[in-house]
Amino acid sequence: MAKILTIKDIEKCVGCALCMYACSRKSAKNPYIGYDHSGILAISLSGFERGATIIVCRACLEPPCSQVCPTNALVPRKGGGVVYKEKLCIGCNNCIEACTIGAIFKRQDGKVALCIHCGYCVDFCPHDVLEYKEV
Amino acid sequence: MYDFNLKRILHIDLANYSYFVEERDMGEWIGGTGIATRLLSENMKKDVDPLSEGNVIVFAVGPFTPAYPFASKTVAMFKSPLTGNLGESHAGGRSATAIANAGYDAIVIKGASSKPIYVVIENEKVHFRDARVLWGIEDSLITGRIIAEREIGRGLRTIMRIGGAGEKLIRFAGVMTETYRHFGRTGLGAVFGSKKLKALVVIGRGTKKPSDAKGYREVYSKIFEIATTSDAMKKYYLIGTPVNIAPLNELRALPTRNLESAYFEKAEEISGEKFAEFNLARRIACNHCPTACIHIAALRIPYEDEPYFHKTIMISYDYELIYSLGSMLGVGDRDSLLKLMHRVELYGMDAMSTGVCLAWATEALKKGLISKNDTLIPLEFGNAEAYVKAIDNLYLQPNEFYKTLAQGVEMAARKYGGEEFALAFGGNEMPGYHTGHGGYIGYLIGLRHSHLDNAGYSIDQKAKEELTPEELVDKLVEEESWRQILSSLVVCFFARGVYTPEIVVEAFKPLGIEMSEDELKETGRKIYSEKLKLKKELGFDLSKIRIPKRIFEVETFKGKLDRKYIENALKYYEQRYYEIV
Repeated sequence: MAKILTIKDIEKCVGCALCMYACSRKSAKNPYIGYDHSGILAISLSGFERGATIIVCRACLEPPCSQVCPTNALVPRKGGGVVYKEKLCIGCNNCIEACTIGAIFKRQDGKVALCIHCGYCVDFCPHDVLEYKEV
Repeated sequence: MYDFNLKRILHIDLANYSYFVEERDMGEWIGGTGIATRLLSENMKKDVDPLSEGNVIVFAVGPFTPAYPFASKTVAMFKSPLTGNLGESHAGGRSATAIANAGYDAIVIKGASSKPIYVVIENEKVHFRDARVLWGIEDSLITGRIIAEREIGRGLRTIMRIGGAGEKLIRFAGVMTETYRHFGRTGLGAVFGSKKLKALVVIGRGTKKPSDAKGYREVYSKIFEIATTSDAMKKYYLIGTPVNIAPLNELRALPTRNLESAYFEKAEEISGEKFAEFNLARRIACNHCPTACIHIAALRIPYEDEPYFHKTIMISYDYELIYSLGSMLGVGDRDSLLKLMHRVELYGMDAMSTGVCLAWATEALKKGLISKNDTLIPLEFGNAEAYVKAIDNLYLQPNEFYKTLAQGVEMAARKYGGEEFALAFGGNEMPGYHTGHGGYIGYLIGLRHSHLDNAGYSIDQKAKEELTPEELVDKLVEEESWRQILSSLVVCFFARGVYTPEIVVEAFKPLGIEMSEDELKETGRKIYSEKLKLKKELGFDLSKIRIPKRIFEVETFKGKLDRKYIENALKYYEQRYYEIV
């Protein structure tokens, strides 16, 4: 069964951004420090005292990002969302425009960072905000 | 591969709105406090007036930022307008990780702008923005929100800003970041104000690569595991720092009513347990911290003149605020105490300094050293409403008295008398621990005059038998030297149980830094000496340090303090450590 990343309880989010750092480290061969390669973003609602929001791919079954990708770098994934073929990405940023919830982020090298539903971040969320579940 | 010894330093000159980046090997100083000490020493004239354009602000982060959890403190170093010598304060929020993600190890700010501005650092670029319209907004929360709306980078940025206290050059004004974290102590807010710098925004999306990919992921997971499953952080995430109110009160160590007493009869009402039960609304974390120690209370306030109209304000509370605005002022109900905390947050004042100043003023009024013509308000222990107005007056400075009090309790007592009960050490208002000789000697010799310099209050509580003055001083300096490593790594002191020397050495390796535990400790001592040297060059004179008589009058849990003991300790400190740098 395919699995996707979902948000279990946003009210428990403390805004620590450990998910963002985990996302940057997700590749065992090529982990990054910092959050340029993070496909998840924790923001406050104009101050964390009002709570937080996590901006991350919702695993669309018909992903608009993939529909506008001219090089097939974003291919629909089984269970929802996309597979990102980084080598094919030319950094046109069409996908960034196409994503309704703004869950694709521009990296400093021009390519993009987005959630590939690997679930690595879930183990590093200290407060059970995230969930990796079967669909 | 990324070189963690090579430091990138952004220099900003506010006098001519220019900037440049310097790169150099400063690996021997690690980062944070270590490199800030060097950079301040190199870039500032030592005899400068702290509120003149010659003052320099250094912000520094460390090699673990943002590689590992808890390395989330930014060290700020400057000449303190409160103590007149070395100023240093640390703040979390997103400040450190934003600076590191923007690609910098340190930011050096010199000069002063002629008109109000705020500065935005966006990776390689620095923007100077007109802040004339923002100047005069006394509420630091509103300033933060306006800038948040105008600038990009939500989730990735820090917005450090001053409130009215900084603009008015209150010597204990702080700089707020992400609303609930502060460069609180020793007056950075006033230095911002003197430079007409309303805010500093840092936005970054940078990246670095470890030299050992596998090792990096393993060490990260190990640190995360210790942080989330061991007891190392427990004290901070459950009830939070206010968990100490009840036991310290039981111990007769909670300074009360300007330290007329060290026992507060209403302590239970303002204990961490009561706050957690009745007021705790949410917990939040600094960036890259799994612990989330920031405890936020919700306070629902009805409008008296309009039925069914309420406001709900969110207020961050901690041990030191409960002590300084609570027991120290005799305020024993939580709602009133939260209102005082909110007031201090809004103007951007250091809570400890504010509380101690007002406590001194209350006693001075009672003793007739000052009159109601000075205070304008009948200050009285326990009267929170009067204190709210007094805090307003510290900001408004309607007369000579408040102008003086805004310079700190040392200055006020020098002018009006009452030095024997003006509770500052080295010019810095005291924190909330009347625990014994260790606490006070710690404040006196600590390079920031802070309880966190050397944790003397903790030595007092842990020592099974009385140490000799020499043993005590050695222990304090040893602890302070080790803490130079933590603050050079910019690891939060609350995570000191996680980052043992062994773990630090292990965490260095995947970043390509080789250092043994012995070398690490030696580096701590080196940074300590360097900082002490700079403190002396900036005008600190140990022989002139004042010990308020009050501390000898109130019993500690080990009995009354002995002046001779403290004098012997200071003499030993002077010969063994102070004179040789």
